[in-house]
Amino acid sequence: MGVVTFDAEDRWNAFVTLCRKAEHRDDGPLAGVRVAVKDNISTAGIQTTCGSAILKGYVPPYDAHVVTLLREAGAAIVGKTNMDEFGMGTTTESSAYGPTTNPVDVSRVPGGSSGGSAAAIAGGLVDMALGTDTGGSIRCPAAFCGIVGLKPTYGRTSRYGLIAYANSLEGVGPMGRTVGDVSRLFSAIAGHDPRDATSLDRPYDHTPAPEVKGLRIGVPAEFFGKGVDPAVAAEVRAAIETFTELGAEVVECTMPSMQYALAAYYVTCTCEASSNLARFDGVRYGPGADTIRSWHDAYQDHRKEGFGAEVRRRIMLGTFALSAGYYGKYYGKAQAARKNVREDFARLFADVDVVAGPTMPTTAFKLGEKSDPLSMYLADILTVPANLAGVPAISVPCGTVDGLPVGLQLIGPHFGEERIIDAAAAFEEVRA
Amino acid sequence: MVSETEVAHIAILADIGISNEELAEFTGQFNAILEYFDLLDQVEAGERPEAGTTNVFRDDDIVASLPLDDVVKGAAESEDGYIKAPRVVL
Repeated sequence: MGVVTFDAEDRWNAFVTLCRKAEHRDDGPLAGVRVAVKDNISTAGIQTTCGSAILKGYVPPYDAHVVTLLREAGAAIVGKTNMDEFGMGTTTESSAYGPTTNPVDVSRVPGGSSGGSAAAIAGGLVDMALGTDTGGSIRCPAAFCGIVGLKPTYGRTSRYGLIAYANSLEGVGPMGRTVGDVSRLFSAIAGHDPRDATSLDRPYDHTPAPEVKGLRIGVPAEFFGKGVDPAVAAEVRAAIETFTELGAEVVECTMPSMQYALAAYYVTCTCEASSNLARFDGVRYGPGADTIRSWHDAYQDHRKEGFGAEVRRRIMLGTFALSAGYYGKYYGKAQAARKNVREDFARLFADVDVVAGPTMPTTAFKLGEKSDPLSMYLADILTVPANLAGVPAISVPCGTVDGLPVGLQLIGPHFGEERIIDAAAAFEEVRA
Repeated sequence: MVSETEVAHIAILADIGISNEELAEFTGQFNAILEYFDLLDQVEAGERPEAGTTNVFRDDDIVASLPLDDVVKGAAESEDGYIKAPRVVL
């Protein structure tokens, strides 16, 4: 066993918990590599809070499957990164442990919800980090902080030990400074786990091959629609042009289901959250509820004090959308819209190899800028389709607007990680 | 549109405490979000989305679990290996 001394100064509030002495195995592909883990992924013996006061002080008795795999690969887990509470947000401002700032410009947010992981990498504190992506929570902070982030195919990484928010949408994924780092980290964490019924036996053993000659790249018009900053759109268009110069073929296409994707996503994730977060009652973990009072009184007060406004809002929205008389109007329709998104991708991937567009419609927001929940939700429009369909998507830096990073998003068919990683590597090589 | 009374009722159903000061703001935000969700009215329901999918079950085998001490360690109050909960019967 080796020990990594982690004495980095966290100027961005990227971490909730630091492990100053991180033990690691001496063998393995990630031996001695400093890796940060998002704080909604269970780590035995290390506090895991989900960015929430309701889990302050909670120390899991077991490792998430991806953490077991990280340890086996020799990684040194140097800390748990800050995040929007329970993964609900696009800025990392809803954390009970204070906001994380963007190392590129500290007056701005790092994106979210995996903002701590992105800031830790962009700030040079770690080489790689794990994030989770429910509606863009890896790709958004990757884009805002100028790093690389991969949301894998649903089921390609185990969710065992990932504290659930919206379990039909979310998954664990790798983040790093380069496509190569992301590929290495993904090799360590992908694979089958019998403890997760949605886990698939598709390990990843691939070295990026930066080659796009003959690749057909679909560019849906809807990815450049209303709300996308023209300067961001221009950077991404220029990036896509680079692929043409490398011998790829760009195909203009459409994705009509995008019109309903965001509403379908928010109905689905709030419904699932209302169920998943029912377990936080102060009885089994985290600060305790008052056992002298009656159940509902204690439970309600405990959740009022322990959950922040955004989490409470989403639990209530989901409760409402699933209530008698509204299920068909909201949840039923959201699932129909979700099916349309899946079918749109299937249609596109019958003709093209990857789909490309911006990761986010704008560059990083100013801290405090997105005070209205709906305006923040709208920022997820370009990332949620991949989660609804369960397909893989990567964000790779492709330029700047006013000094702030812009992300290029490449989406692939199910199990198309190798393909989008190769395309991202080719782009990175040319732009380096 | 939902009223403040309805939002207060949803909070009770969800076991989420909500203060009177928060109620007006929550109701306003709720209505803005629900108005956006109305977009889904335009979606054709079609066949049930789960059609053609199957459940994945494992055999109900008894396997080793976490040690009891580790399980109760996270609870604020425990006694003799049991976790203490608020009273359910008034």
